[in-house]
Amino acid sequence: MSVGLLPFLACGVLIAAGVTLLLERSLVRELAGVILLGNGVNLLIVTAGSTAGRPPFTGTAGIADPLPQAMVLTAIVITLGMTAFVLALVHRSWQLSGSDEVQDDTEDRRVRLRSRRGELSATVTSRQDAYRRLLADQRAELAQLEAEQAERGRLQEADLERRIARVHAELEEWTERLRAQGLTEEELHHRLEQAGRRAEQAAMDNEERIEQLREEHARTRREQAARKRELRRKLKARQREARRQMRAAIREERERQALAQDPELEGED
Amino acid sequence: MDRLITLEGLVCAPVLLPLLAAGVKLAIGGRLRRVQSFISLGTLCVTLAVSVVLLVAADARGPLVTDLGGWPEPIAICLVADRLSTLVLVVSQAVTLCVMVYSVADAYDRQEHDAPMAIFHPAFLVMVAGVSNAFLSGDLFNLFVAFELLLSGSYVLLTFGGTESRIRAGATYTLMALVSSMLFLIALAVTYAAAGTLSLAQLAVRFGGLPDQVKLLVELTLLLAFAIKAAIFPMQAWLPDSYPTAPAPVTAVFAGLLTKVGVYSIIRLEALLFPGGPVASLLMWVALATMLVGVLGAVAQTDMKRMLSFTLVSHIGYMVFGVALSTVAGLAGAVFYVVHHITVQTGLFLVAGMVERRAGTTSVNQLGGLMKATPLIAVLFFVPAMNLSGIPPMSGFLGKLMLVQAGLASGGWPAVTLVAGGLLTSLLTLYAVAKTWAKAFWRAPRGERIGTVVESEEATGEEPTVTTAKLPVALPLSVIALVALGLAFTVLAGPLSALTLRAAGELMAREPYISAVLGEVP
Repeated sequence: MSVGLLPFLACGVLIAAGVTLLLERSLVRELAGVILLGNGVNLLIVTAGSTAGRPPFTGTAGIADPLPQAMVLTAIVITLGMTAFVLALVHRSWQLSGSDEVQDDTEDRRVRLRSRRGELSATVTSRQDAYRRLLADQRAELAQLEAEQAERGRLQEADLERRIARVHAELEEWTERLRAQGLTEEELHHRLEQAGRRAEQAAMDNEERIEQLREEHARTRREQAARKRELRRKLKARQREARRQMRAAIREERERQALAQDPELEGED
Repeated sequence: MDRLITLEGLVCAPVLLPLLAAGVKLAIGGRLRRVQSFISLGTLCVTLAVSVVLLVAADARGPLVTDLGGWPEPIAICLVADRLSTLVLVVSQAVTLCVMVYSVADAYDRQEHDAPMAIFHPAFLVMVAGVSNAFLSGDLFNLFVAFELLLSGSYVLLTFGGTESRIRAGATYTLMALVSSMLFLIALAVTYAAAGTLSLAQLAVRFGGLPDQVKLLVELTLLLAFAIKAAIFPMQAWLPDSYPTAPAPVTAVFAGLLTKVGVYSIIRLEALLFPGGPVASLLMWVALATMLVGVLGAVAQTDMKRMLSFTLVSHIGYMVFGVALSTVAGLAGAVFYVVHHITVQTGLFLVAGMVERRAGTTSVNQLGGLMKATPLIAVLFFVPAMNLSGIPPMSGFLGKLMLVQAGLASGGWPAVTLVAGGLLTSLLTLYAVAKTWAKAFWRAPRGERIGTVVESEEATGEEPTVTTAKLPVALPLSVIALVALGLAFTVLAGPLSALTLRAAGELMAREPYISAVLGEVP
């Protein structure tokens, strides 16, 4: 039995086109694919089943094999019925969801849900890490500020001590000088008292300044702590928000899944 | 033909009667519902009786052949009833009858009278006719038509009611089935071009003289088409996605019968047309992968129906394993397993349907305490579940034992690996069903209504609907009948395994089939 190349090529093209269309997501395209595939296969049956060019009915000797033709007729009828059914499916699908796309199956959706959950928790973790880093940075900065302030205070205190020491030295010198000038002890005492009062005044001023500095320092610390608390509160709130969003997304996905999974009871026999 | 009804004439009955009944019911429409359910149940009872008669006759007298249309063989399309086909026919009819009783009772209880009678029953009967036709067909093209018949019925049943989830599942299922049909047609074209006939008996004779490559091509194409129908790895993904959305009786009958039609076709194909071919070793690995992938999927599921769908895929692997051994013992084990599995799996899906009716859900995360609330359902789930996972002395154990013995007897490391894989699958199945049973039935109820619904940890927020507290009597009765049938296989294991051995012997010998069809010894 010899068969022509052309019919076989036609079968191949039809089947290839059909398979390509079958890989689409749209049901209508898939249906077109099935129809093309069906035609290609029917052609294949006729081509493979009998020699080309024979008449189907006349005579008894040279007629073509009727069996493949009968089979193809049956196959065509069956394909017609199936096409009608798939069209009904497409129509119903379009009525229900407004599209004729084949949807993912439950397992696919479950895998996707799990990966999305993983992504969300990864986002939350990375955000948490970022805030933790920020807090640590600020704490370090604060510590540095405190250290600087303490240093400054210490320097100022030392400066004051030095100045007091100098005043004392000056006072000593001055008394010596006055003694050398031959002042009486009483006068000297009197003058010393006056000078001492002035020096005391200066020392008190200095102490006031130190006290002020300390207060300032404490206030800065309090402010810093408040800022830190505020930051923490904000972080907690954001984390809560992220978690809530994640849970909402998961719940939504679950509901969708449950809807897809559980057959509705209406219309069930 | 002296008598009006001959034994050979009866061979047509399992195909013609359901089709006739479907036609009558379509003509009646939604009226006369008592008559309607009487017609459905009566038809199935009669076909069951006819199938039993055929089984007895085929066992006693060898294959019965009917040449349709009165043409002489090999011009006529023939229906052949041998031991294998009548055995699976009897079991499938019995199971179908139980499912029909269940669905009629269900429909009566729900006060839904019009739609089920007008659409559900005709589609169901057409599917039954297709299944019978596939079992009895002695011709590849007739087998194709039988497939289309049962598929067209199943499309309607699966998308019944046209809800969104069913349309989604139905689209996948329909396209998958269409692709498989196209592959089948391509295989038919190639076969006809190579051998000039599609009669199975004639093909068995003519394939002897064909080159090996051509035979291999035909075999692989046909196998691919059947493997999609039987949900064998890697073509199994459509099944757990589409089955659970359908109504319970539909899922039950799909799970019981449709995949088994694919398995039956593979048995017929491998035993009759391509005995001792090189594909057997490929089938072994495919069987192993099917078993493991299926059962691992089952372990991961939290929905009862989905879990059962995955075990269905997994246990198809056992049957393919038996076929792949290509010994009489292996085939006998496969046939025994088909018989056992049809009954048990259908029963389990029906019980899942009852659970859904009773508690409003089949998600084991929400169920709990059902054992106290409905001890009957708990027992009805437990027995076939243990049967499925192969607890001695139930038929699941016996079927696996036959396969294991056949595997060890045939020897070779692939067979032994498969035996190990089979045992592992059995254990994992036990784990999956025990987990489901413990969660849904055994654990304490945590909801307000004792025994109905447990508030799940991840509350969905929706209150499940409990349709009726009391189930109609016929619902559990039909399931009890199925469970009892499954247990009866244990009691009758001796005669049954002897019958499967005889069927397998007849299959492997090939000669009785060929000579019965062609009328002479070739």
